[in-house]
Amino acid sequence: MIAAPSSDPLQLTRDGQLRNFISIEGLPRSVLEQILDNAASFVDVGDRAIKKVPLLRGKTVVNLFFEASTRTRTTFELAAKRLSADVLNIDIARSATSKGESLMDMLRNLEAMASDMFVVRHADSGAAHYIARHATPDVAIINAGDGRHEHPTQAMLDMYTIRHYKGRFAGLKVAIIGDILHSRVARSQIHALNILGAEEVRLIGPKTLLPADIDSLGVRVFTDLEQGLQDVDVVIALRLQKERMDSALLPSETEFFHLYGLTEERLRHAHPDAIVMHPGPINRGVEIASEVADGERSVILHQVTFGIAVRMAVMSMCMSGRETEQPGGRADHGGSHATPR
Amino acid sequence: MSAEQFDSPHIEGLLDDMVQQLLAHVRDHDLNEYALVGIHSGGAWVAQALHTRLEQLGHKVALGTLDISFYRDDFSHRGMRSQVRPTALPFDVDGAHLILVDDALMSGRTARAALNELFDYGRPASVTLAVLFDIGQRELPISADICGQRVALPPGHRVELRGPTPLTADVIEKGPQ
Repeated sequence: MIAAPSSDPLQLTRDGQLRNFISIEGLPRSVLEQILDNAASFVDVGDRAIKKVPLLRGKTVVNLFFEASTRTRTTFELAAKRLSADVLNIDIARSATSKGESLMDMLRNLEAMASDMFVVRHADSGAAHYIARHATPDVAIINAGDGRHEHPTQAMLDMYTIRHYKGRFAGLKVAIIGDILHSRVARSQIHALNILGAEEVRLIGPKTLLPADIDSLGVRVFTDLEQGLQDVDVVIALRLQKERMDSALLPSETEFFHLYGLTEERLRHAHPDAIVMHPGPINRGVEIASEVADGERSVILHQVTFGIAVRMAVMSMCMSGRETEQPGGRADHGGSHATPR
Repeated sequence: MSAEQFDSPHIEGLLDDMVQQLLAHVRDHDLNEYALVGIHSGGAWVAQALHTRLEQLGHKVALGTLDISFYRDDFSHRGMRSQVRPTALPFDVDGAHLILVDDALMSGRTARAALNELFDYGRPASVTLAVLFDIGQRELPISADICGQRVALPPGHRVELRGPTPLTADVIEKGPQ
């Protein structure tokens, strides 16, 4: 599988409503802003006596995780449950795919159970896009991370966090530090920040952990952490993805921390009101010092709380987008042989 | 196009009348304490206008707002409204006497959705419905105890309130459902 190009008809209905959420790239600013606005309403649901609204009552959401995840899967599950949907968690490692059942056969079976939404996490770039093209158009697909390609709901919860603390994107300087090469989170964040109108997106990391085509993304690249941090409003530390490192890209974790670890000392170069974010899980003492992760500028745990609201917004928008879709307004599902429902 | 219009002085008069009905209701039912809850967006404007009048008369009343987008029964046909405003109930719903305020009462579906949402916040002691316009055409067993004006509309029409200040209203043709 190769990384999919932007695919508006796959993600948007003819009248511009979200129907699948595969990538940030290719979405208009208005849709991203609508996600953030809707998420703001859902944040309050978490504070209620009954943390549930009936929007997706009677819908079935399938968490299809081909790759290990705790935080993303549980927040998707919680988001679906707070929308009153029924949730199925499929642990692929233990499912029939490990007994030789093909991916398409498994999808057909899940469709036959009248599922309404697949939340897909996969180690291959383009996996969610592939499933969206081949699943019946009645099922909404949400990308929960595909290889090195995108992790759009994570980026939107990061955007929500930034807007919550900074109130705007215009004029903001945002630094993303560390393992950009393996990071689908960084790729989605860069697209989202550019679409939402951040003034400057900076990438900071060793050359070996920066992708070759990085200049085409509309960013400033720094290999020196302190230079890159100068005056930034938002600092995002990325997790060093040890499980994806298949060659000698780094001398050692200690060496990485020495050069690119986020410490209080280095954070002094950023704007005095800068916030510190991290998509989790944190490698303490590798990409971020404990004093920073637990420090007063850290908003890392708020990101998790906002993540539930953002996922509720995306799920309800995808569902309502396809519910209101006019006949004939569906995208061309090349290669699809949809099961009748 | 607009078949009928309600200008600002007319609506001010209806609001004055609603305040009198409200005070009579409060007196008849011995409500020591009660709160206004306006349904976004028209109902919130009306609730705010009633609240202002009550304060001018020396009555201290809590004011909240409700957005029922998440509780609509036509979600599967109409989808999510693009702009959902936060529900804000700055008081304890448990045991409270609530005056639920909307701009117009027609099918009763909005009031039903509002009741469902209110009960997710707690168990109110009582809920009284107050509306600026009662259009009739009910589809559910719901009625308003406090009402500014009853309006008979030709089929396929509705009242649209414009605000927040000044409040005016037009009778307009319903858009496509």
